[in-house]
Amino acid sequence: MEIVLVGLNHRTATVELRERVSFTAEQARSAAEQLRERGILAETLVLSTCNRSEVYGVPPESIRESAPALSSFLSSFHSLRDDALTSSLYHHYDQEAVRHLFRVAAGLDSMLLGEAEILGQVREAYRAAHNNHATGPVLNRLFQGALEVGKRVRTETDLGTRPMSVASAGVKLAERIFGNMNDRSALVLGAGAISEQVVSQLRDRGIAHLTVMNRSRDRAEILARQFNGKVAAWGDWGAALASPDVIVSSVSAEEPVLTREILERAMALRENRALFLMDLGLPRNIEPSVASLYNVYVYTLDDLSDVVQQNRSARQSEIPRAESIVDEHVSKFLSWQASVEIVGLVDALRGQMKAQRSVFLRDRLSTFKNLDASDAVRLESLIDELLESLVVAPAERMRTEKELRRKIRNAEALRDLFLPDRDKP
Amino acid sequence: MAHTLIPLAAFSYGISLLLYAQFLHAGRELIGRLASAFLIVGVVLHYFALLERARALHTVPYHDLYGSMSLFGWLLALTYVALEIYHRQRSVGAFVLPFILIFFLAAHLAPADRLTPTTARGIAFALHVTLSILAYAAFALSCVFSLLFLGEERLLRKHKMGDMVWRLPPLELLERMSQSSVLLGIISITIGTALGFLWVDRLTGQFWHFDSKYVATLLVLFLYSAYFYISRSAAWRGSRASRFCILNFVVVILSFTVVNLYFSQHHRYF
Repeated sequence: MEIVLVGLNHRTATVELRERVSFTAEQARSAAEQLRERGILAETLVLSTCNRSEVYGVPPESIRESAPALSSFLSSFHSLRDDALTSSLYHHYDQEAVRHLFRVAAGLDSMLLGEAEILGQVREAYRAAHNNHATGPVLNRLFQGALEVGKRVRTETDLGTRPMSVASAGVKLAERIFGNMNDRSALVLGAGAISEQVVSQLRDRGIAHLTVMNRSRDRAEILARQFNGKVAAWGDWGAALASPDVIVSSVSAEEPVLTREILERAMALRENRALFLMDLGLPRNIEPSVASLYNVYVYTLDDLSDVVQQNRSARQSEIPRAESIVDEHVSKFLSWQASVEIVGLVDALRGQMKAQRSVFLRDRLSTFKNLDASDAVRLESLIDELLESLVVAPAERMRTEKELRRKIRNAEALRDLFLPDRDKP
Repeated sequence: MAHTLIPLAAFSYGISLLLYAQFLHAGRELIGRLASAFLIVGVVLHYFALLERARALHTVPYHDLYGSMSLFGWLLALTYVALEIYHRQRSVGAFVLPFILIFFLAAHLAPADRLTPTTARGIAFALHVTLSILAYAAFALSCVFSLLFLGEERLLRKHKMGDMVWRLPPLELLERMSQSSVLLGIISITIGTALGFLWVDRLTGQFWHFDSKYVATLLVLFLYSAYFYISRSAAWRGSRASRFCILNFVVVILSFTVVNLYFSQHHRYF
């Protein structure tokens, strides 16, 4: 019941190679099917994101044979030479494979430490594999554990709470003023890449109304259409500034677009309701003196970059707490794994004892001349009882005593000791 | 019995304060829930301690500084629990619990008074006292929320984004919490004062006895009604209204101390 993991990620492979080795949902299903048919893996799960492609599996045979076979399979599946992949692939087995997955789900192995998306991607990969019947008891348990780790790390630590990009920092800061964005409106000045990032964040946070204003109306319409917003005519400040709670500006302009005078008029129109301004333009789009207006909060690109930098340090300090949650769940999984292996071992041992008992009795009973058939049956039953009690008591302890299971984590040693000639269960 | 209830209530409030502080620091939901649970346990134990005292006096336990402060602390805790549940926001607990604990401990650590039955009793009187103290507790909470608003607003304006800013409630929620508690205070003090007049009328057959406390109470009622109105107006919404709310509470404190001790004939401790 070993676990094997073969994969590559942003640290071991270039983006070109990662693109070559990525799996679509259909490819993941097909790969799992082929791996089972070829006898390489009995259980398979493919986790493929933009930063990693990993195959988790439970091989039917020894992992020492499965890992190279799995690597070769990956090369051939993606039509690559074996040596093109070898240096970029990592192999992990059992405890290390479990730890790797749990760290991935926690966001500890991500390019952006603590990012939230990976947990959803792990969940989706597990759901797809489970629906395709590619997983079995081991991978089911493993991935359920991974999802639990991801959830705990996100609720019990600050690893994923602080915004790590300028766009998300700006939106989170706006939430410090308004709370929920569900009934709020935003005005976006400019329709470039930065505006798009902020609009995407605002939509993710559930902003109710979105208006785009750009010198080129065509580009404004494209962005507005993409995010289900509307377009306002450039320079129509009176109407445009009266209602939004958040204004994001990232236009190329030599002079400030929003002057103190414009915003003073706007604040009077909006009856001094709080206004959050994100000035992402270089040079600045909003006159600096606007920051002193009553109920107006202005954050420039530099201010938001400082916030991101502070958050990066804060996230780093959360790593030990997240790692301890990972450790706890690795230990829990290994304990479960040992208990399952031991139950299998005990069943095999019981079967072998019964088989040996039959041979033993057949040989020995012939020496008893006065033993009739009913006595022989009774004797067999007594010996069965004895053997059962010898096996059942320790098996029951194994099942109920966690500490004992932890001590006998390597069931393979017991198997080799008592069942040297048997295949693994 | 009170000997057991009081230390247990103090312990619950103390643990709750530590948990609220930890919740503010670490943001773990479980810790926040535990903080609320300990606060509720403290409120229940505190209630039974007050009940015991009320039974001995045969009226609301207000007639001494001990009872007045303890009742104030209890109503402060109760009002805060209600607001926490209503607004689903517990990150201000760490700022409210110290006040609850101070009033509770100050009441119980003060030199013990002899419990002598008071002449002032009856349902109208009990409600008059309880609702008046409830109003002051609600005003105290609005003051805490306004102080938090000003602190957080300053940090956001100065771009000083420490750990705490990410945990505090949004500014507009703090404003709403302050308005909710002021509204509760206005309703309580209005009904409480009306019941006070009714009780005096029943007792003496005379509706009006001049007392400086009446003037102070009417002034408090006027100031908080003004706050409730202007906190939504164009010119005042935001930090100006919060400053006004804090100023109003200074008047409440003056009414509680200077007016009660030096001017009022009938209102010693509330």
